[in-house]
Parts: sequence; structure tokens; C-alpha cells
Amino acid sequence: MKKRSTFLLSVLVFGFAFLYVPILSLIFYSFNSSRLATIWGGFSVKWYGELFQNDLIINAALLSFRIAAVSATFSVILGVLAGLALSRFGRFRGRLAFTGMITAPLVMPEVITGLSLLLLFVSMEDLVGWPNGRGVTTITIAHITFSMAYVAIIVQSALSGMEENLEEAAMDLGGKPLRVLWDITLPLLMPAMIAGWLLSFTMSLDDLVIASFVSGPGSSTLPMVIFSKVKLGVTPDINALATLIILAVALGVICAGLIMRHQARQKYRL
Amino acid sequence: MSRDAANKKLPTLSAGSIVKMAGDLSGKLIQRNWKRFVIAVPLVWLLIFFIVPFVIVLKISLAEGMIARPPFTPLFEWAEDLSFTISVTFENFRFLVTDDLYYSSYLNSLFLAGKSTIICLLIGYPMAYGIARSRSDIRGILLLMVVLPFWTSFLLRIYAWMGLLNKNGIINGALLSMGIIDEPLNMMFTEGAIYVGIVYSYLPFMILPLYATMEKLDESLNEAAADLGGKPFTVFYTVTLPLTLPGIVAGSLLVFIPATGEYVIPALLGNYDTLMIGRVLFDEFFSNRDWPVASAVAVALLAFLVVPIMMYQHFQAKDGERS
Repeated sequence: MKKRSTFLLSVLVFGFAFLYVPILSLIFYSFNSSRLATIWGGFSVKWYGELFQNDLIINAALLSFRIAAVSATFSVILGVLAGLALSRFGRFRGRLAFTGMITAPLVMPEVITGLSLLLLFVSMEDLVGWPNGRGVTTITIAHITFSMAYVAIIVQSALSGMEENLEEAAMDLGGKPLRVLWDITLPLLMPAMIAGWLLSFTMSLDDLVIASFVSGPGSSTLPMVIFSKVKLGVTPDINALATLIILAVALGVICAGLIMRHQARQKYRL
Repeated sequence: MSRDAANKKLPTLSAGSIVKMAGDLSGKLIQRNWKRFVIAVPLVWLLIFFIVPFVIVLKISLAEGMIARPPFTPLFEWAEDLSFTISVTFENFRFLVTDDLYYSSYLNSLFLAGKSTIICLLIGYPMAYGIARSRSDIRGILLLMVVLPFWTSFLLRIYAWMGLLNKNGIINGALLSMGIIDEPLNMMFTEGAIYVGIVYSYLPFMILPLYATMEKLDESLNEAAADLGGKPFTVFYTVTLPLTLPGIVAGSLLVFIPATGEYVIPALLGNYDTLMIGRVLFDEFFSNRDWPVASAVAVALLAFLVVPIMMYQHFQAKDGERS
């Protein structure tokens, strides 16, 4: 028994080191005043200063934030509807096809999704004149399409873990289905909706391949700018940018974790 | 109240109450049909932006390339005399079969993704087991630590490996300064670097479904098997492994399918000799601007992945029903 747990412990240590050493090295070297990773030139924040001088990166970041916020909001709306249909409507006609359509975007290789969406937009422009060129709108639509699948899965699992008692009680007391949905189900779904929004937001902020296909001139998102810079090699200002993004995400995830733990504790106290 | 009854009453009513009645009526329609509405909205969205695009890809993969905007021949053509011609060509697919480049990149991608999946499983399985068996107060933190990289930028995490594996990168620097090696190792732009990249980025996708099945595992089953004289390995092989099989399948598919079409990892860490189909498709599209061939590559890739994707969906559906 003892032997097995030392084995498991060493695998855990090795595994987590594997997951975290690259990220930590990135953060560490963002404070290196030397341009070369092998030489420690002393502590400095000059790369952060350089980062904020770079208009290309700042504008791309603002554009990406805008796209991410809009697409996350729409994904939550569509994802909640899809999740409700999957977990509360029992068996309806075409359920299997519906489930398939929801889960397929989760595993579809990005190059296929990107190419097919681009060809759709080109054909639509040919036929109906919309979308007029490609850019922010087409990227947002693409991001909504793959994020809503994640939201739907999160909402579905939240709903299946939730007792239907409350909803049934509200119905028994004469609540109309929509009222019950609005007053009971949606508030209970709030944590799942927030988690879904945050996940959609970060995935939109991170997407390179699909955005490359469906973007147009003048709409380079942050990952596209990073990728074109990084292809040429390691640059310290990207280290600084990465550090900022990673710290923001880590703080967000840890805060969300703490809030959920707090809520769970309060629930037990009740 | 039926719509006819409402119509009969209309003439005697004022304009204001007509509006109110129309509002009530549509309200009732929504009340009665809200389930249909809830299904229809995401359904229509996915039909337009997920299903129709595939049909178009299929269509264009059967067209001929030409220098125009868009750069392919139309599939249907209305001639002057209103005769209708359909021009379909399988030239693009024949091109894929005859050109070694595509054949070997498909095979390479499947092999690379397959081997990476096995490596992920070998690392992820004991990790998930270790997390599931750890004390309940640290289990949450460990789980959070698995999820955290999943939330941070994929692109930036691959970039982090560029800094580590570079010729004058961190690993080489460390090994040189410790005197273990005399010359920097060539780690960047190799097939090994692609493996590292894929395993690193997809490991959380393997651990999470595995953990989900192990969490439900009843420890007393193992104890019973051990009490009955089962050696640890036999117990693992006959009890634990079969019970965690759903997690193994789900995790493996979550790694294998997207890894097969991976673009960013081979583009940043790989060399040009290691062909991966995602990168070939990307280059075919952006550098050669050959849309029909790129579409044919996508159709063929999808054909390879249809079986694993359907397996994944089957498991998802079963999982949904169980819970």
C-alpha cells in the first residue's frame, strides 16, 4: 500500500511540474532585463513598459476583448436554451441529432471549423450580400458557434445535478412554465451561466486558427498578432504580455473557486 | 380560445384593445410553444453556422480551382437558354490520393495524435488516480491546478515551450551551465517537440474525464478483491481498469480528435519534415490559395475522424442519460 502511494505521489509531483514549469519560466523571464533567456541580466519591468507602448498589441487586445465579451454573452443565451432542451424536455423528435450538433463542435478540429465557416460567409455574401466583407462580425459569429456548445454542456450538467423538485413545486402552485423558468430555473443556473460566460470569454480571447480564417483586413485579433510575432522567435515583451494574461486568468479562476466554495458552505449551513 | 373566435370579436373592439388582444394572443402562443422556441433558436443557429458550412465545404471540394473571387468554379450554372449544368469534378480528391504529401501527412497526423494520446493516458491515469485518492481537502486544490492551465491561453503555453526548448533556451542553458552537455541540444523544430507540445496542452482533457469516473469508484470493491487474495496488479487489471474504461475512452477521444487536426503546435514547435494535416490544410489555403484542394483535405480529414467523433458523442449521450 505504502509503495503505491509513493508512486502516485511522485507521478503527481512530476505531472504538476510538467504542467507548471513552462508557465512559471515564462513569468520569471518576463522580469529579465536581458533579451536572452539564458542570461539573467537583473530584475526589470522594462518589457512591460515596452508592451504598453506597442499600439499594435494594445489595439489588438482591445478588439479581442470586445469580440470576447459580445460572443460570450450570445453563447450564454444560446447555450442556456440548448442546455434546457437537452436536460429538461425529455425525449423530443430529433433529440439525437440535436445532441450530436451540440457536442460535435467540442471536438471538431479548428482548421475544419474555420475553413467551413469562411466558405459559408463567402457564399452568403455572394447570395444575399451579407456579411459585407469579413471582420469583427464574422469572428464573433464563429466564436459564438463553438462557445455555445461548451455553455450547453455546462448548463446541462448543472441542471442534471439540480433537483427538479423546486420547479415542480412552483408549477404545482400554479406557476406558468415561463414564469417558473424565469423565477426558479434561471436564478439557480446563475453559477453555471457565469462559468459558461467566463469560459466562452477566455476561449474567444485565445482562438487563433478559426479567427485567422474568418477575419478580414484590419481585424487582427490579439492571438493573431501574438502568433505572427512569436513565429519569428521568443521576444521578452510577449513574455510580459503572457504574464499579465496568465495572472489575470489565475486570479479569476481562484476567485471563482473561492466564491463557489463559500456558496457551498452556506448551502450546508442552511 | 381559437384564433377564429378572436377574429370574430375584432370588429366591435377599439384599436387599443386590438393591440392588447394581439399581445395576449402572442403571449399565449409563446406560453404554449415556448419549448419549441427554446429548441428552435439554438437549432437554427447550429444549422446555419455549423451544418450548412459542411455542405458548402463538400460542394467546393467538388469544384475546380480558378483565379477569381471566390477562387473556384461554380457547381451549378444557368446558361443563357436556361439550361442547367452541374459540373462536378473529383480531380481534387484524385490529387490527394496521388500526391505523397497528403497521404503521408494524414498518416503522420494520425500516428502523432495516437502516440500522444497514449502518452497522455500513461501520465494522466496515475495523476487522476492520485488526485481521486488524495485527502478531500487538498483534492479540490489539485483539481483546480489541473483546470487552471486549461483556462490560460493555449497559444501562450505553446510559446512558453519555445523559450524552454530553444537552442539558446532555458533547458539548454541549464544543462550547459551544469556541464552535462558541451553543445546545445537540438530540441526545437523536431518531432519530439511536437509530442511535448501536444501532451502538454491536452493532458488536462485526459485527466478530467478520468477523474470523473474514478471519483465514483467504490474503494471497498478494491478491498474486497484484495481480501479475496487478489494481487495488486490483478485487482487493478480486473476491477479498477474495467470500471474506469468510460473515462479512458472519453479522455482519449478528447485528446486524439483535436490533436489530429492540430495547427499551432506543429507550426511553432515542429519542423517542415514532420507533416501534419492541419498545417497542410492551413498552408494550402493561405499560401497556395487553393480553396477546392483545401476543402478536399478538410472533407478527407473529417472522413477519418467521423468514427471517433461519433464514438465520443455516443459516450456523451450515454453519460447524459445516466446522470
